[in-house]
Amino acid sequence: MSLAEAEAKELHVEGEQLVGRWADARQRLLHNPGAVAGLVLIALFVLVAALAPLLAPHDPGQQDLSLIRPGVVPGPSAEHWLGVDQLGRDILSRIIYGARSSLVIGVVSLGFGALLGLTLGALAGAMGGWVDTVIMRFMDMMLAIPGLLLAIGVAAAIGRSLTAVMLAIGVVNVPIFARLLRGSMLSQRESDYVLAARALGVRQSRIVLAHVVPNSIAPVIVQATLALATAIIDAAGLAFLGLGSADPGVPEWGRMLAETQSFLQNAPHAAIFPGLAIVVSCLGFYLLGEGLREALDPKFRR
Amino acid sequence: MLKFTVRRLVQLIPILIGLSILVFVWIRALPGGPAEALLGERATPEAIERVRELYGLDRPVWQQYLSYIGSVASGDFGQSVLSRRLVSTEIRERFPATIELTIAAMIFAIGIGIPLGFLAAKRYQRPLDHLSVAGSLLGVAIPVFFLGLLLKYVFAVKLHWLPTVGRSNATSTAPHPTGFFVLDAIVTNDRIALVDAVRHLILPAIALGTIPLAIITRITRAAVLDVVNEDYVRTAQAKGLEPRVVDRRHVLRNAMLPVATIIGLQTGLLLSGAILTETVFAWGGMGQWIYQAISYRDYAVLQAGILFLAVVFVLVNLLVDLSYALLDPRIRVR
Repeated sequence: MSLAEAEAKELHVEGEQLVGRWADARQRLLHNPGAVAGLVLIALFVLVAALAPLLAPHDPGQQDLSLIRPGVVPGPSAEHWLGVDQLGRDILSRIIYGARSSLVIGVVSLGFGALLGLTLGALAGAMGGWVDTVIMRFMDMMLAIPGLLLAIGVAAAIGRSLTAVMLAIGVVNVPIFARLLRGSMLSQRESDYVLAARALGVRQSRIVLAHVVPNSIAPVIVQATLALATAIIDAAGLAFLGLGSADPGVPEWGRMLAETQSFLQNAPHAAIFPGLAIVVSCLGFYLLGEGLREALDPKFRR
Repeated sequence: MLKFTVRRLVQLIPILIGLSILVFVWIRALPGGPAEALLGERATPEAIERVRELYGLDRPVWQQYLSYIGSVASGDFGQSVLSRRLVSTEIRERFPATIELTIAAMIFAIGIGIPLGFLAAKRYQRPLDHLSVAGSLLGVAIPVFFLGLLLKYVFAVKLHWLPTVGRSNATSTAPHPTGFFVLDAIVTNDRIALVDAVRHLILPAIALGTIPLAIITRITRAAVLDVVNEDYVRTAQAKGLEPRVVDRRHVLRNAMLPVATIIGLQTGLLLSGAILTETVFAWGGMGQWIYQAISYRDYAVLQAGILFLAVVFVLVNLLVDLSYALLDPRIRVR
């Protein structure tokens, strides 16, 4: 292969072999204890969400008011490992099923936001000119409203539902990814290999799709992971404010926390465990994101 | 510097216009139409007709937009469905509450974050450093409202050290000339009111300030680590300057630039966090107000609140940008 192609793929010599940047990064990632811990937590989270019906000891929506007496909400016991909430529903089961909501919301909203954002960013970065200006001005306007406020606005307009929350969080992520990819692409445009390719007569679209975009992906991956952590927190936050799904049969961590406020004194466990669930799943994505950032950062390369 | 400021202000105008259009469009996208939304449950057919005439909802859209801008500019934001008071009156009372909370949270975050980050960097890879890194990680992963609930439970409900909700004791009769309770107590020389106000401020400020604290600690640590390895620091040490002087004159001053950037970014985000914190602690600021407006579908309040907070956010960002230009002369040239 030519020197330009080798530079484009950012290969370097290690021993007798040409080693790719991704293999290098993967190795660094797996040697980072924080990142590995993050991966484990995420795997746990995904497994729990996927296998919820098999793992939950009780029906999450089933109320058992016989357990509740005035001022007494039972905590952890042999029957209910994490206790019950104010309606006698098993908290462990609700947390397990809540992982599903959180995972779905996180992935879908991020997917939507990232896809739209990346498309806009790629368009702006690749085409430049007035397309770039218009898109970026619009992104600036969206960034002018603080994230949660924007999410609240979107969710309030659509009404109380899971879709509203997903759309709201997705919308908040659009300008972030658009700006990220555009910035990354702009700095790539000045690289030597791009100039070389253009000099060789390679078509603009091929340069963009085959070289510039893949090389701009690293910060996007980091951002996506970190954004997933934020999406989980934001979704819980929106549910806490009363904007999430109103369906009592679908447990959601944020709403569980909101419901416990009135009887916090009697049943702290009803707030602590869902809260811990949010913290732990968030931490997983956050650790992985930080690990990815260190693994993919060129400054760390030999 | 002046030219820079003017340029920034001019760039602000299209953003503000765009924001007002966004909010204008938004209120019309709400379920049930703007008249029904603004009236809430008092929406009888006659009332709807009256509101339609009043807001000119049968006139062309651009005329509606202009009269909307006109009323916003004159401070008329309509009436709250929930409290029946003028929205502008509510803003005047609630905005200082949110500002007070935000400032207290920032003081907490900066006052602990910068020294902690600095010390962690100085004791790199030692226990304090590891602790601060772990703490930072944890701090960002905890949702604000969960932390608020935890703090409330531990310190207020269980230990009874601090009050659970509100800005002041329910039976307090202290006057509030400025709307900032701590300031008011100082101004009226009322020691009891001062202690009361501060006690009520502590838990919400800690809850709100923890995430900025975590981030500021981390960035300070990273910035100090970067600076400490620079040539000019080594030169200063080689010159024989005392370590403390080197720290103050060279390390800290240069490390503060990225830290200032982050502080600026955090201030805007605090507005969002305030919504959740104020709800948990029934703080009586803009945040809690917006939360109630969501619950009760009080769209007049939501419209005004969102627009107001967005404008404040934009202005704060502008001030932050201007402060970078003051700190770092290189930015002014761009």
